[in-house]
Amino acid sequence: MPFVCGLALLFTGSNRLRRPLAGLGAAGVIAGALALACPGLPGSVAQLPVSPEAVHRGMLAVEVAISLYLLVVSVRARLPLVGALVLAQAALLLPLELGGAHPAAEVSRYLVLDQLSALLALIIGVIGGLVCLYAIDYMQEFHVTHHPEMRDGRRAFFAILFVFLGAMFGLVFSNVLTWIYFFWEITTLCSFWLIGYKGTEESQRNARRALVMNLTGGLAFAGAIFALAHGGGPLELDRLVAAKPALALLPVALLAFAGLTKSAQLPFSSWLLGAMVAPTPVSALLHSSTMVNAGVYLILRVAPVLQGTAAGLLVALVGGLTFLLTSLAAITASDAKKVLAYSTIANLGLIVLCGGIGTHEAVWAGVLLIVFHAIAKGLLFLCVGVVEHKLHSRNIDDMTGLVLKMPRVSVMLQIGMAGMFLAPFGMLISKYAVLRAVLDSMPLLAVVIVFGSAATLFFWIKWMGVLLVVTQPHANVEKEIGVCKWSALYALSALTFGTCMLFPLLSAHLVEPYVKAQYHLAQFTALGEGNLILMVIMLGLVSLFPLSFLNYGRNVKVADPYLGGANARSGVQFTGSLGDDRDMSMQNYYLSSMLPESKMMSAGVILAGLLLAALLLKVVVP
Amino acid sequence: MSPWWRLLIYLVGAPLLGGLLAGIDRKLSARMQARIGPPLLQPFYDVAKLLSKERMVVRRSQSFYIVFFFLFTVFTGALFFCGSDLLMVFFALTLSGIFFVLGAYKASSPYSFIGASRELIQMMAYEPAVLLTAVGLYMVTHTFSVHVIAAQPTMPVLLLPGVFAALMYAMEIKFRKSPFDLATSHHAHQELVRGITTEFSGPVLALIEVAHWYENVMLLGWIFLFFSVHWAVGLACTAAAFFLLLVVDNVCARVKWQFALRSAWQITLIFGCGNILVLWLLEVFGILNLNP
Repeated sequence: MPFVCGLALLFTGSNRLRRPLAGLGAAGVIAGALALACPGLPGSVAQLPVSPEAVHRGMLAVEVAISLYLLVVSVRARLPLVGALVLAQAALLLPLELGGAHPAAEVSRYLVLDQLSALLALIIGVIGGLVCLYAIDYMQEFHVTHHPEMRDGRRAFFAILFVFLGAMFGLVFSNVLTWIYFFWEITTLCSFWLIGYKGTEESQRNARRALVMNLTGGLAFAGAIFALAHGGGPLELDRLVAAKPALALLPVALLAFAGLTKSAQLPFSSWLLGAMVAPTPVSALLHSSTMVNAGVYLILRVAPVLQGTAAGLLVALVGGLTFLLTSLAAITASDAKKVLAYSTIANLGLIVLCGGIGTHEAVWAGVLLIVFHAIAKGLLFLCVGVVEHKLHSRNIDDMTGLVLKMPRVSVMLQIGMAGMFLAPFGMLISKYAVLRAVLDSMPLLAVVIVFGSAATLFFWIKWMGVLLVVTQPHANVEKEIGVCKWSALYALSALTFGTCMLFPLLSAHLVEPYVKAQYHLAQFTALGEGNLILMVIMLGLVSLFPLSFLNYGRNVKVADPYLGGANARSGVQFTGSLGDDRDMSMQNYYLSSMLPESKMMSAGVILAGLLLAALLLKVVVP
Repeated sequence: MSPWWRLLIYLVGAPLLGGLLAGIDRKLSARMQARIGPPLLQPFYDVAKLLSKERMVVRRSQSFYIVFFFLFTVFTGALFFCGSDLLMVFFALTLSGIFFVLGAYKASSPYSFIGASRELIQMMAYEPAVLLTAVGLYMVTHTFSVHVIAAQPTMPVLLLPGVFAALMYAMEIKFRKSPFDLATSHHAHQELVRGITTEFSGPVLALIEVAHWYENVMLLGWIFLFFSVHWAVGLACTAAAFFLLLVVDNVCARVKWQFALRSAWQITLIFGCGNILVLWLLEVFGILNLNP
């Protein structure tokens, strides 16, 4: 929270001043997160610098301001839905917050500082900070080289980025639901601004869609607070999770609903896909370190209540359905950012599945999924951003020869992809655990994982393969990439590798203690020692792979590829059957006739919508 | 027997057995087609000859991927025969397959490119069934440990006939046998030249061949697990399954990839997942008690 004020500084800053200032800000966020996470583990109540009353009043004022602003937006853009959602939220909460029965009065713990929030803070701080660092170079190039016609809104842009990060910190450290709700709404607003940054018709439309969907989630959140306040339940997250399921189930289900919207699960997936229109750092921020993590964070927090309930089953089904359908949809996408977006939604689906199951094994797997996914996805988005600026295309089929055009970036892309699905890397450890957790509680859901994983494999490898293909010489265009970009890329690549190496430590010191405390377990080791050793052996073997390049080009005779006709020019042309020279070309399979994307998605929306309706019905009418 | 002995036997024995099986495969196929066929040891002669050939490549780094394909295939089998975790074996198997496909992509020739793409489609087709096998075995035995599964008092196939059927379908794809030899083929009627292996020759091709021998022995091990009540029964049933794969190979014409993918998923869904569903229902209604 202390960052919000410090970084608001950026409101003042000329173009020239912004570079060092934003850089410093990013460094500050990273350092702050590290400092917070390392010594602050005991899970004690942190001290607030000011009285909670004052904080509360300040938040109320900002909330009212946000609501008014959104009302203005809804009137201007002629979006009655936004206005209705804002008014409904206000109707639910205003009497509560202004009324005499002040909910904050009986709160004993305002902040939560346990291993989970520390871990989340690390993700937000380190990855978010690196993304901001990268954004400095990116936005320079974006405005000066690629979009000179566009209005330069970088001042507001950077300010919002940092406010966004600040709000995320607030969200993971707050224990009182009204506070979490406050930060929740701020992230909604920030994402609305950032998605609409380009100001084009398309980006405005997508920004509005994101706003509507996230406000729907906000309404569910407000409903949860309302239900708690009127049902006499605790307004603190930790007490809510410890409360009896009969009392907590309705608000928890509403919170899970809110989490589903934020994490772009199926009926609401379109907002995250639409968010691609924003500049790449924004996508990276939304997909890896901020926005979507808020949703799954909340769901994992309340997972103990969901365990073994019908509501939990429904949430798990929504997650599983989303995982399967978006993994399949990713096969049909040729736009790199779209593939990444689908894969984000799919992975979030897996995490939601874990939260819905709610056993300690599942939560362990879910938390690790968040960590590994955030790092690898951040890296992938930033790489795609660089590639897009240099190749002027995001189409995967245009990325052939990237090994020559941008050797370092292509290696980083490969590292990121390996981190997303390959065996010795982190994601797979978590998938192993997810499968195990599913089998121990709801074996039928394994079907979703079995098919979804196969689809995941397909779309990643075909992209990896294209990156390797080289048909003709290319000039290296990597030299123009700025130092801020490089440092972010290098840091994230190292992190992808490093978290896999240090994964046992990460699990033993952060994730396992959290799970133990939440479920009151005396003993819990998620992965057997034998499997850990196997993982290390595999990681060692894979790390040997770069060594084989020491032998590059020795003792081999290089020939042209076989083209089914006489080769006309080195490797790329052949003499056809009519005696003319023809170019060869290669293209990937997208299976679009077998997997019609739009049909699949609309079917998914309907199915998931029904599941959610069932969820609401189930908890409202017990 | 200690795992180390088993590892040693596997490392030495698997390529010998795999090569022999390849020889038997060719001999039997020839007999089914009313030919005499090559000598039983022909696969070994082939590999020996390939090893003596010149190293020719299109891209200088393409062979590295194949070396790692070989390494991980051997590693996968080692995990399996040391009685390790079935899911880990599955993940390692996937990894080795990926190295093979990436090597073919790296070769940057149209034929190997499309072969690699088709190999990927095949991987996507058979992976659910193989993973579901691990799931099914876990449901029945409550463990992923190959060692424990192999020591079961009853045959897992009795409870998992559907999963076994799905696995056999997947094996037909995984062995690159005839209705599904889309990515590459031993026969000379391939429209994609040699598909995924088009640009590999000489010692590297020999390495691919030997890797397949290792892989086939390991895959037959998966089949063995379903019949592991007694080693003789297991071996006999595995041999029968292998023979069945050969028969199907010889009586079927190649299908399109669309059919391969769709049918594999349908069969996995209907037989494999149906089997799991029935097991689950039986347990929920208390008819069957799977708990140890």
